[in-house]
Amino acid sequence: MTEFIQQLINGLSLGAIYALIALGYTMVYGILRFINFAHGDVYMVGAYMGFYLAPSIMRGFGQKSIASGIVILVAAMAICAALGIVIERLVYRPLRNRPKLTVLITAIGVSLFLENAGQYVFGPDPKAFPDIINDHAIEGLGDLTVTVSQVLVLAVTVALLLLLTWIVKKTKLGMAMRALSFNPVAASLMGINNDVVIAFTFGLGSALAAAAGILFAISYPSIDPLMGILPGLKAFVAAVLGGIGNIPGAALGGVLIGLVETLVVGYSDTIHIPSTYRDAVAFAILILILLFKPTGLLGAADREKV
Amino acid sequence: MLEIKDLQVCYGSIMALQGVTITVPTGAIVTLIGANGAGKTTVLRAVSGILKATAGAILFNGEEITNHPPHRIVGMGVSQSPEGRMVFANLTVRENLLMGAYLRKDKRHFAADFDYLFNVFPRLKEREKQVAGTLSGGEQQMLAIGRALMSKPKCLMLDEPSLGIAPLLVKTIFSKIVEINKQLSLTVLLVEQNANLALEISSYGYVLETGRIILEAPSAELRKNEKVRGAYLGGA
Repeated sequence: MTEFIQQLINGLSLGAIYALIALGYTMVYGILRFINFAHGDVYMVGAYMGFYLAPSIMRGFGQKSIASGIVILVAAMAICAALGIVIERLVYRPLRNRPKLTVLITAIGVSLFLENAGQYVFGPDPKAFPDIINDHAIEGLGDLTVTVSQVLVLAVTVALLLLLTWIVKKTKLGMAMRALSFNPVAASLMGINNDVVIAFTFGLGSALAAAAGILFAISYPSIDPLMGILPGLKAFVAAVLGGIGNIPGAALGGVLIGLVETLVVGYSDTIHIPSTYRDAVAFAILILILLFKPTGLLGAADREKV
Repeated sequence: MLEIKDLQVCYGSIMALQGVTITVPTGAIVTLIGANGAGKTTVLRAVSGILKATAGAILFNGEEITNHPPHRIVGMGVSQSPEGRMVFANLTVRENLLMGAYLRKDKRHFAADFDYLFNVFPRLKEREKQVAGTLSGGEQQMLAIGRALMSKPKCLMLDEPSLGIAPLLVKTIFSKIVEINKQLSLTVLLVEQNANLALEISSYGYVLETGRIILEAPSAELRKNEKVRGAYLGGA
């Protein structure tokens, strides 16, 4: 039993990271109906921003202090939000009225660009992410091993999810996002500047990806320019699993993918699936969901307009 | 107030509007009637900036607004209740109305405007917290009109408010349009297939046929016109 709870905790903290990335996919899809395949690479850039900013921020706000952690997180999120907005402005906006396939292929191009630019600028070799928190196992939990970083990942994710929910449900821009995703023409008839809302959506999604990058690097402190590929793809699967375009769905999908992946690895001997297949799990789920419930767990069928 | 001069709009190589000229004086209800596919919606979409005009000019209070982005046109005081209502089905009635007020900065006046709208359309008050997708066609039409009013327009364009709505409710909605026009001294451009009702509440009418204005006259005269009676008023 302890073993199972242990796996659940590990899976939750991994799933939280997928969930944060998945939100960006699903929000952009909800508004523009295309998959921004460069999103996983924004997550990578987020981790690198943390890497480069951490030493000087910790000099100013204290080594491994809470203040440093928050400043590093917010700074990386702000930089990646700007990156997301720039990508949308320079690459996707000129293609706004082109066929979706054009935009999709371009997104793959942006992804390759960021990966290679990352190798050029940051160097191709993995870097050790600095200790920005005092990570250790929390005592007094018996046989359970829960680390500070795991608790931190979950706490930050929940906080960001609440913040996002508030933005989408209660603010004017959030409402405009929902209006635009339902009907862009009607949205512009309200006086909504669709370009601004789209840029805002990219910024928001990219900021969440950056947060995921930092949280990942705190938990697994080795980062490299290609680190975004697999988590990006798995988060995409998570978004599809939850119902693409559906915000709670993306969070749920992320957590589920993280849990299943961790459980498959944890119980690989019992279920006779080698733990090296961990990355295949998400894609097996993708195939199953596309076969049996293409709208995802929480997604509603998109009614064709007549 | 609103002047459309020799407006041309093309869809690819097809010319949907071949030089349409319409004048809507301040405070009036002017109607644009015509059969399905004549180009009525195209006129409104071009005025709102959703479709590009290939030639001609659109003036609002003497200022050229041709091909301005839609949000600028709303900001200047021209709003539209679009064909098919296009309410945000995923938003509540209240949120839909707030979207209508998107560009307004005077939040403190919203309460009074909500009161006014709920007074005109009591059904919206009952449904305030409901998601708009659950509303009936007639209620959605009221919401679409109310939403367009929330921007505090000087000129309101209505695209087929009678479309797909129970006849009894159509009467109500048209009487509300007159009420709003009088109370807010709001200029209205009404696009309708239901020529009978449209000519009843308007002061001036235009008849559009395959992208051209073929007839224009005070509404009372149009109702007596043989051609209009034969083609649009069921020959009655």
